[in-house]
Amino acid sequence: MSQLLLDVNGLTMRFGGLVAVNGVNLSVKNRQIVSIIGPNGAGKTTVFNCLSGFYIPSDGSVMFKGEQIAGLKDFQISRKGLVRTFQHVRLFSKMTVIENMLVAQHRHLNTNLLSGLFKTPSYRRLQDEAMDRAAYWLKEVDLLEFANREAGNLAYGQQRRLEIARCMVTQPELLLLDEPAAGLNPNETKELDELIIQLRDEHEISVLLIEHDMGLVMGISDHIYVIAQGTPLADGTPDEVKNNPDVIKAYLGEE
Amino acid sequence: MTETSLYLIQQLINGLTIGSTYALIAIGYTMVYGIIGMINFAHGEIYMIGSYVTFIVIAGLMSMGLVSLPIVLLIALIIAIITSSTYGWTVERVAYRPLRGSNRLIALISAIGMSIFLQNFVVLSQGSRDVALPPQISGGWTFGDPSVFEVSFSYMQLLIWLATFLTMAGLTLFISKSRMGRACRACSEDLGMTNLLGINTNKIISMTFVIGAALAAIAGLLLGLYYGVVNPFVGFMAGLKAFTAAVLGGIGSIPGAMLGGLILGVTEALTSAYFPSEYKDVVAFSLLVLILLFRPSGLLGKPEVEKV
Repeated sequence: MSQLLLDVNGLTMRFGGLVAVNGVNLSVKNRQIVSIIGPNGAGKTTVFNCLSGFYIPSDGSVMFKGEQIAGLKDFQISRKGLVRTFQHVRLFSKMTVIENMLVAQHRHLNTNLLSGLFKTPSYRRLQDEAMDRAAYWLKEVDLLEFANREAGNLAYGQQRRLEIARCMVTQPELLLLDEPAAGLNPNETKELDELIIQLRDEHEISVLLIEHDMGLVMGISDHIYVIAQGTPLADGTPDEVKNNPDVIKAYLGEE
Repeated sequence: MTETSLYLIQQLINGLTIGSTYALIAIGYTMVYGIIGMINFAHGEIYMIGSYVTFIVIAGLMSMGLVSLPIVLLIALIIAIITSSTYGWTVERVAYRPLRGSNRLIALISAIGMSIFLQNFVVLSQGSRDVALPPQISGGWTFGDPSVFEVSFSYMQLLIWLATFLTMAGLTLFISKSRMGRACRACSEDLGMTNLLGINTNKIISMTFVIGAALAAIAGLLLGLYYGVVNPFVGFMAGLKAFTAAVLGGIGSIPGAMLGGLILGVTEALTSAYFPSEYKDVVAFSLLVLILLFRPSGLLGKPEVEKV
């Protein structure tokens, strides 16, 4: 049995009197694609915000690689290897594609001023490595030819892919994607679909996904959690979830 | 050439000289605004402290018998930059960082408080009277017909132009090419996202304050030598002018601050050339009001788009 990468127990988030997320449990194993689905306003993004350190959960535990991360700051969590994207694209749109990729590796290029001024061998090696990694991932997402283009001028689908590539150069182990297919056309969605599967199968990372595109979710997920009004409703394989009467009720309403 | 055109050339030279120092100070406003969206009203005081340190160091070295002017100026420059940067860094650390994330107005009030504090700190430690320094760099070129009007371009003015140009070129290179510069631009586009990529944004913000303060110290040295006097209140007016320059060029934009400084300096020089010179501040700040009314994003700034 593979070890749990992410193990969330009884996650609860209250804003004053409003309980946005109530006792959500979920777990992600190594090399797994897990999806969270639910009607609008179900609290899916709030769960993401709790996991990535945007909010400090009111209650519950978030174990990542066997370590409690609830309450850590967002940059600490991302340094541990849990990286997220947002519902809307948040690239550095005035910077070029390659600069976006290099900024993400800022931390790995940790050199002092002197070695930068004199371009010492170790500085050059780090810089070359960062450049190689950036080029590698740009190639993986088919953006290498646009490396010197301003990120804001890319097509929307390309910006989405660049965001994923930018996450990947930080060498995460778990990628949280918040509605990555929103606003994409069917063709772009298919490419994204392939990319996510590739991340799992070739790069051996796990993906936790929030998505409304049911075709995408059912096609690629290993496991699905359904939440409605902040409360867990069901979970299981795509087929189990598809045929669960509670899920159908939550999505379509009662007859 | 006629007297009028020679006179105009002279005013342009004077205006560009003052304008380039405004630009140096304006960079500090614009970079800080670009990243954390606050106006650092204590920035003018940092410039004033740079001027004071220059005077103290030059007078000290002279009295110790050091006569080589380039060496004296170099030492003064280094000490002024270090001192001002320390003040800039400390002000951010003590008065702004604890307030980060709170209402913008609160940080602004803290900045005004800091400005008053530093001004009075200098009054207490250095006295409130003018401190004067004999001209260190004299001479220059003159051209034009002496019987009509002689245009003079002093070595000091040349030094200001050169120093400003080199500083701006260095800063542009740093921002566009270096790793820290890249992180700086990332912060100014999306601070939260930069943080999320694992970059310690507090460090970048501190660095921004240090860079701004260093440029203000350079301006303090240049303008101090140019005017030959300094008092604890020069920072207030210079700060306001540089702020105007930053807004004029588009606050948040570095090329904008450079352009805004030059335009403001030339406008002032031309005003005092053709009108009573008391009008120069009236015109400078009318310019601020007009810009805010008709082009709030400034000449090179992009209109702020509400983030969803």
